[in-house]
Amino acid sequence: MQKNTAAKTLVRGATGDWEVVIGLEVHAQVASRAKLFSGASTEFGGEPNSHVSLVDAAMPGMLPVINAACIAQAVRTGLGLKAKINLTSVFDRKNYFYPDLPQGYQISQYKSPIVGAGEVEVDVDGDTLKVGIERLHLEQDAGKSVHDQHPEYSYVDLNRSGVALMEIVSRPDMRSAKQAQAYVSKLRTILRYLGTCDGDMERGNLRADVNVSVRKPGGEFGTRCEIKNVNSIRFIGQAIEAEARRQIDLIEDGGQIEQETRLFDPARNETRSMRSKEEAHDYRYFPDPDLLPLELTQDYVDALKKDLPELPDAKKQRFVGSYKLSAYDADVLVAERESAEFFEAVAKGRDGKTAANWVINELFGRLNKESLEIATSPVSAGQLGAIIDLIGSGAISGKIAKDVFEIVWSEGGDPAEIVERRGLTQVTDTGAIETAVDQVVAANPDKVSQVKAKPALLGWFVGQVMKSTGGKANPQAVNEVLKRKLGI
Amino acid sequence: MTDLNKLTLAEARDGLRRGQFSATELTRALLAAIESANTSLNAYVLPTPEIALRQAQASDARLAKGEARPLEGLPLGIKDLYCTKGVRTTACSAILDAFTPTYESTVTQNLWDAGAVMLGKLNNDEFAMGSSNETSCFGPVTNPWRRRGSNVALVPGGSSGGSSSAVAADLCLAATATDTGGSIRQPAAITGTVGIKPTYGRCSRWGIVAFASSLDQAGPITKTVRDAAIMLRHMASVDPKDSTSVDAPVPDYEAVLGQGVQGLKVGVPKEYRMDGMPREIEALWQQGIAWLKAAGATIHDVSLPHTKYALPAYYIVAPAECSSNLARYDGVRYGLRKSGTDLIDGYETTRRAGFGAEVRRRVLIGTYVLSAGYYDAYYLKAQKVRTLIKRDFDEAYRTVDVLLTPTTPGPAFGIGEVGGDPVQMYLNDIFTVTVNMAGLPGISVPAGLSSEGTPLGLQLIGKPFGEETLFRAAQAIEDAAGRFTVPARWWAR
Repeated sequence: MQKNTAAKTLVRGATGDWEVVIGLEVHAQVASRAKLFSGASTEFGGEPNSHVSLVDAAMPGMLPVINAACIAQAVRTGLGLKAKINLTSVFDRKNYFYPDLPQGYQISQYKSPIVGAGEVEVDVDGDTLKVGIERLHLEQDAGKSVHDQHPEYSYVDLNRSGVALMEIVSRPDMRSAKQAQAYVSKLRTILRYLGTCDGDMERGNLRADVNVSVRKPGGEFGTRCEIKNVNSIRFIGQAIEAEARRQIDLIEDGGQIEQETRLFDPARNETRSMRSKEEAHDYRYFPDPDLLPLELTQDYVDALKKDLPELPDAKKQRFVGSYKLSAYDADVLVAERESAEFFEAVAKGRDGKTAANWVINELFGRLNKESLEIATSPVSAGQLGAIIDLIGSGAISGKIAKDVFEIVWSEGGDPAEIVERRGLTQVTDTGAIETAVDQVVAANPDKVSQVKAKPALLGWFVGQVMKSTGGKANPQAVNEVLKRKLGI
Repeated sequence: MTDLNKLTLAEARDGLRRGQFSATELTRALLAAIESANTSLNAYVLPTPEIALRQAQASDARLAKGEARPLEGLPLGIKDLYCTKGVRTTACSAILDAFTPTYESTVTQNLWDAGAVMLGKLNNDEFAMGSSNETSCFGPVTNPWRRRGSNVALVPGGSSGGSSSAVAADLCLAATATDTGGSIRQPAAITGTVGIKPTYGRCSRWGIVAFASSLDQAGPITKTVRDAAIMLRHMASVDPKDSTSVDAPVPDYEAVLGQGVQGLKVGVPKEYRMDGMPREIEALWQQGIAWLKAAGATIHDVSLPHTKYALPAYYIVAPAECSSNLARYDGVRYGLRKSGTDLIDGYETTRRAGFGAEVRRRVLIGTYVLSAGYYDAYYLKAQKVRTLIKRDFDEAYRTVDVLLTPTTPGPAFGIGEVGGDPVQMYLNDIFTVTVNMAGLPGISVPAGLSSEGTPLGLQLIGKPFGEETLFRAAQAIEDAAGRFTVPARWWAR
């Protein structure tokens, strides 16, 4: 179902349509308490240089030792990306000088990564796009240079130095900014489901290098430029659009694309050259002689596979199948593991569709408005379920239910008690309803004459009766009485 | 008691146990010897008398209580490549300046845990790069041996020249050393001492300043084979902090020394008979063969066909690793810092000021052979040669237990004699580098004197973790050849 060459992704230029070709290298910080090769903490926000071991500071004679927890996380991620796990992989040294790189080399995996080819399915505008994963490898993060603390000196904070990153390299399978954004967003969801990366882009725990080239549809690949270190999904989209436009304009003006590394400037919405191919470092990769090749057994991989959580694609299918949800609603619910779990807690023993409506429309709507996360929702799954139960039992109407939801949101409490105490129980007593109906019918003879020809007016009558009963009348009962009295 | 410093490690251990002298007396004797010799020999770059005496007193207390540990009260010299907590550690490079580690190397910690006493830090070639101890930022070390009738200062070999000189001159009972291409065995051979480079992974590399990680290995230089057996047992250990250390039990090497070599199959590799090999080296080799045969071993001709490629391949692999290992000395966090006009200039100025010529040469060679476009032709090919060398040894060990070769192509040379041509200097390692390339254990044992009256050594090469066999065979040679001690203590003030 490769829909990525569809005409709707093409970009119009002065000389006709262009196809944008995008591949991403996503750097995801491994969720781990300790660093990749040392026991130092990975906790965010420590005092500068407070999470630095002798190894991280590259003191003389120090040696790296692989953190088994990081290896497990990389393998789990590989499995989640339906990728080949390489039972033998090799750590290499990538050599370059920079003050935030104490060893003078980054330990990474060059020729033999821990994870090989895999695939991520991405839904964009109702189409399913398969984005190929080329590889996933483990590497060390660098420290941070701080340039604004002293007029003459730069400072270095090594807290991040040696923190484990997974570099996830996609194939050049995306054809629009939207597809690339959807891919990163899906990848983030998968990582968060697996618990292998928290996906926190604001802290830089997930960031992307974006490779962009353009070509005439169906033509040879163009020369690509790499936009480094883009740290939000919004910026990824903007960077791709700005860079594609720059390349198209340049080619159409008779210019040529030079392979280079560029930076995206969100303030100006443009990419700028960082270094050309000629200025590119020669990293002098070679296998790190301090580390033996990493050997895994199939049993180890199988054990990790057995313990993987249900992933978003499978969960979505299950939601559509078992709860009869629309694909769209299922997508919304599985985007975050916590949302899906919340939904399932609400849906347990109740109608799935009703539960989904309440979770998506009422709860998510309200959470978004207040910029809250599902984890900190003032309304619990139990409370929301109780509200739905009150509708189901006929105790309250859907409209009253929304009021109850508001009360629970701002004041908390047991929905059944709230309904009881505040007298919100709907009127199912036919006598009272009949009185109200009689009054409305008597007061509106013109509408009564119209309703026979135009039954849709019934709704207006229902509304009037509900209004006069303060919303507490059972709408179904009102409907029945009205129909009988009006003779329709 | 006089001349306590002349005791072997085993003799001193036994004397302490019997209460013939105290650890403090022993330590004072050695400190006095260092004091009177160091101006001439320059073996120590930092004596640590206060630490030594404090440790010796603690040892005396333990000895008195009958709680002596295996190396209780035995004073040792420590190569300055080993990081020692609270004691300046420089690898004899100006780039480390006055660097003082906050940590202790695993090997030295093992020694202190066994009760040993630290006399101080020993000179070596800068970052262990050299075969003459002439590249040290603290200046050259002098060999206590002199040519007959000459007072020309000779080199003690390298890179562990401080260790070999100090042991030969009785300035410590034994010394730690390291060996990347021959840096234990070559200096031992030309100072009349015993040096063993154990199997790669036998000793932890944690806390030892790295030269070439896949080749570096710790080992001792000692006065006798027995002393080497004692030292290695207490240096070796598996270490969770070194992924390349090997989890194999450490045997009591001393216990095998009396077992002899009856029936031992000794291989003589024909490729080590180089063109232009000095006649006295050939004669020494034959003598060694005869001794082992007389002791009951059988002698077998074997072939190690890729031997001639070992030295060139070594001088690709070792510089490649060193170019990367030495990148951390950038003036940012510790050691020497020279300020520059910008970041790159700061790096360049610092490293130009901090690294000596030989280190710079090797960093440049290493950078070159790893560069894009050259990697396959040099580094990759050298690694393939390495595999072939290993295979040669595997093949040979199908028929023999141990190999016998000369340790060096000649005796000690004069300081400054081989200065100009680095390749001439590199040729010193011709018989020793194969052992590092294959990760095997090798021991050098004194076997005779050159025509100039200076020591020569024979090398025994073992199977992986075949150190016990090496000690047995080395003991047989030592038994036959006798010990070689310096005839005149010309250096003492």
